Amino acid sequence: MRKLINVTINGVEYELGVKPNLTLLDLLRYEVGLTGTKKGCETGECGACTVILDGKPVTSCLVLAVQANGKKILTIEGLEKDGNLHPIQQAFVDKGAIQCGFCTSGMILSAKHLLEQNPSPSEAEIRKSISGNLCRCTGYQKIVQAIISVPGRTEK
Amino acid sequence: MAKYAIINQRVPKLDAPVKATGRAKFADDLVLPGMLHGAILQSPVAHAKILNIDTGKAKRLPGVKAVVTWQDAGLVKYGVSPARYDETLFCHEKVRYVGDEIAAVAAVDLETAIEALSLIEVDYEELPAVFTIEDAMAEGAPQLHAEFPGNICAEVHQEFGDVEAAFKECDIVRTGKFVSKRQDAAFLEPHCSVANYDFSGHLTLYSSTQVPHYVMRTVAMVLGLPVGKVRVIKPFVGGGFGPKCEATPTDLCASLLSMKTGKPVKVSYTREQVFLHCRARHHYVHELTTGVKKDGTLLALHNKAYLDGGAYTSFGIATVYYAGSLLGGPYRLPNMKYDGYRVYTNKPACGSQRGHGGVIARAAFEQQLDAIAAELGINPVEIRLKNAMQRGDTSCNELFVSSLGLKECIQAVRERSGWDKKKGSLPSGKGIGMACGFFVSGAGYPIYRSETFHSVVVIKVADDGGTVTLQTGSAEIGQGSDTTMAMIAAETLGIKLSDIQVESGDTDLAIDLGAYSSRQTLMTGHATKEAAESVKKQILEVLSDELKIPAREMDIRNGLIVFKTEGVDFREIRTRYMKEHRGWTDHPAESSLTFKEAARLAYLRKGPIIGIGKYKPPKLGGSYKGAAVGTSPAYSASAHVVEVSVDMETGRVSVEKATAAHDCGFAINVTSVEGQMEGSLSMGLGEALFEEVKFDGKGRILNPNFGEYKIPTALDMPPVESIIVESNEPNGPFGAKEVGEGAILATIPAILNAVYDATGILIRELPLTPEKVYWALKGKKPPIR
Ligand code: FES
Ligand code: FES
Repeated sequence: MRKLINVTINGVEYELGVKPNLTLLDLLRYEVGLTGTKKGCETGECGACTVILDGKPVTSCLVLAVQANGKKILTIEGLEKDGNLHPIQQAFVDKGAIQCGFCTSGMILSAKHLLEQNPSPSEAEIRKSISGNLCRCTGYQKIVQAIISVPGRTEK
Repeated sequence: MAKYAIINQRVPKLDAPVKATGRAKFADDLVLPGMLHGAILQSPVAHAKILNIDTGKAKRLPGVKAVVTWQDAGLVKYGVSPARYDETLFCHEKVRYVGDEIAAVAAVDLETAIEALSLIEVDYEELPAVFTIEDAMAEGAPQLHAEFPGNICAEVHQEFGDVEAAFKECDIVRTGKFVSKRQDAAFLEPHCSVANYDFSGHLTLYSSTQVPHYVMRTVAMVLGLPVGKVRVIKPFVGGGFGPKCEATPTDLCASLLSMKTGKPVKVSYTREQVFLHCRARHHYVHELTTGVKKDGTLLALHNKAYLDGGAYTSFGIATVYYAGSLLGGPYRLPNMKYDGYRVYTNKPACGSQRGHGGVIARAAFEQQLDAIAAELGINPVEIRLKNAMQRGDTSCNELFVSSLGLKECIQAVRERSGWDKKKGSLPSGKGIGMACGFFVSGAGYPIYRSETFHSVVVIKVADDGGTVTLQTGSAEIGQGSDTTMAMIAAETLGIKLSDIQVESGDTDLAIDLGAYSSRQTLMTGHATKEAAESVKKQILEVLSDELKIPAREMDIRNGLIVFKTEGVDFREIRTRYMKEHRGWTDHPAESSLTFKEAARLAYLRKGPIIGIGKYKPPKLGGSYKGAAVGTSPAYSASAHVVEVSVDMETGRVSVEKATAAHDCGFAINVTSVEGQMEGSLSMGLGEALFEEVKFDGKGRILNPNFGEYKIPTALDMPPVESIIVESNEPNGPFGAKEVGEGAILATIPAILNAVYDATGILIRELPLTPEKVYWALKGKKPPIR
């Protein structure tokens, strides 16, 4: 039995019939085709599936699609403006913060949330805010440097 | 002016923007029209006879399109090394570990496929199982493979020099046993394969692999397809680190199911299945006996190693050889004996992982070296400098180091870490430790015995001039190889990086053995350079003929033709180019002749301009059995200093700072070299402090998830200072050699030595969990639970 939900994804409204056990992650990836959100564990532990749900980062593998009914979702695909990379995306590119790229979407969205809450985080605060996003490639050094380098961040 | 226009600088990776925006397609992101979903039935028991498999109910479930077992797949044995093909796609008479593959299903969706799995009835007769090295080697132990009695998968016995005689000349000889635990590579992307078998008998397989070439061969061999009809394409890959260096059951099952159904089929692993498939770092027991003179001169080493291999060989033969051969450097060690055993147990098979075979041997040795230095009252830095190999040295096991910046690495980390000030003067609970590493820069031989080229690169110039496409079968898995190759090509050819497009990871493009044994920068890099040189030569020759100027008097730089003499009249060429491109808005306006015009002219005269570069290592030394594992065209060196803080109450170790130096010969992309160093350090830190795959008494993994199998988070990682040392390797393109794996070797022992410095205790077992350190601080063994 499918249930009808209304969600706004990256500013676009969708009306979708979903199975009650479908996760938000699978909805995004397989039903809407937004594969930028990654699946690394499906148990809420790797952070690769992080999206912003009504302003808060969530691991979308632990959210049911029906729970997102009536809500706004921001995925990595929604960050560019007018064909330009978001400053955080640009910083990740410039600083070498991306290796395989599998953690990148979730990492960037966690960073975005942090910088919205706290425009001038310390290095320790940055590390804490991305500690739910695992990265096996980079050792986090260049990710932290990238977030530090985002324009508009003021030194603390 | 910088010597180079493009290489030896910091360049953002070419694929970073598509990854930063979520555009990059990984295997599980692919959807083909009509695609079915596959799932694999795995054994719930560790060792059992299969009495019967009944797939009737599963086949009848609506939505199921195929159910396959060994009867469909056949029983062709495969593995990594032809010397030990010991796997079949599906189990036939028995299962050997929890996770062994029994059947696979393709259905209209994943839910149906999984439901079908639950309908397959398998009758097992359980057999006694072995889970430890001791039990497996015990007299009368249950046997995993009839062909390998005593559960010995492989054993190695080598002696170089005369170890017994040398020990007699030593002032001290020390023996220690070192134990590590099974590690998981924990790449973020689970394996995924999408196969598409078309009506004309061609199979295209999209696989999250490090080695498209080897996957192509294995799939063709196992499924009985002509090798020319199998094409393996590697989409973007979310990390590999070793375990993705072989054909997986996802590859083989997706292919077989696609052949059976005539439809594309996707098969992915869950995270738990990644742990079950494993192929990652073995659990090692090393017993090292090292002899030195009073002044610290190393004289002899006897290395005994036992590797818990799991149920199949995978890369294990190479692993057990590397666990011996890689101690041949980077110190001058005239006598070395090695006895290595890889043992079958009823657990998932281990294979290769970053620093293949050498990581634990290195940890054990570097820790013992520090203990010996302490006993002799020698500074750990000095004992390493004293014994360091240098460019031109050959090790006792015939490894020739054509470059080695080991001393430079040691000096660099000594200075930058403030070693001289800190060593010996830190308060209790704080420690500083150092260690070195040594690794191959590509295996001298392919996995299968062959005189094949290891890498071929094709560079095609667009017929219209201007842009260039570089085609390679090499595997970009996040390490940055595509960018590295583009940089080498652009530098060699004298054009802009933005004028190069890289196509890679596709077996139809050109042969390349792939991303393993830290080989691509050196080997694919060589082939790239040669291909670019050929393109350049072809274009300049045509130009030379046209302008009647010797080719040696012209060059290409930054996309422009540079003439050594002034006033060369190329107006005729430009006019012709303009005429051909009437109405275009990008006419060359430069006062110099452009690469675009010259390339177009070359095409008009000769036809398509294609440069081909090939690489095969030169004949490498080593005449003894097993010499193929460890010989390489070049070797890297590294040194790390880490500072730790040990909570003397709870035993918790935290790494507070790391200073790492690595000799990569020559850094093509500085950012990528640092990235490999930092990533290696984090993987080593995880293995040193908390990573351990645990099993229950029935061979089931207790922690097959990131909640209980901990890998480092951003909070666990210290700030890292990366120092690149360049020793200019004569066998490498522009002097470059590896960084991707060698950079991990010094990490674990540097941490162990820092903990030794902080506590005065040698802890000879990984990982250094708070509990283990706590009991070590108490001077007791942990209670048995
Ligand atoms: S896939 Fe959701 S946290 Fe890993
Ligand atoms: S870049 Fe590969 S997991 Fe982060």
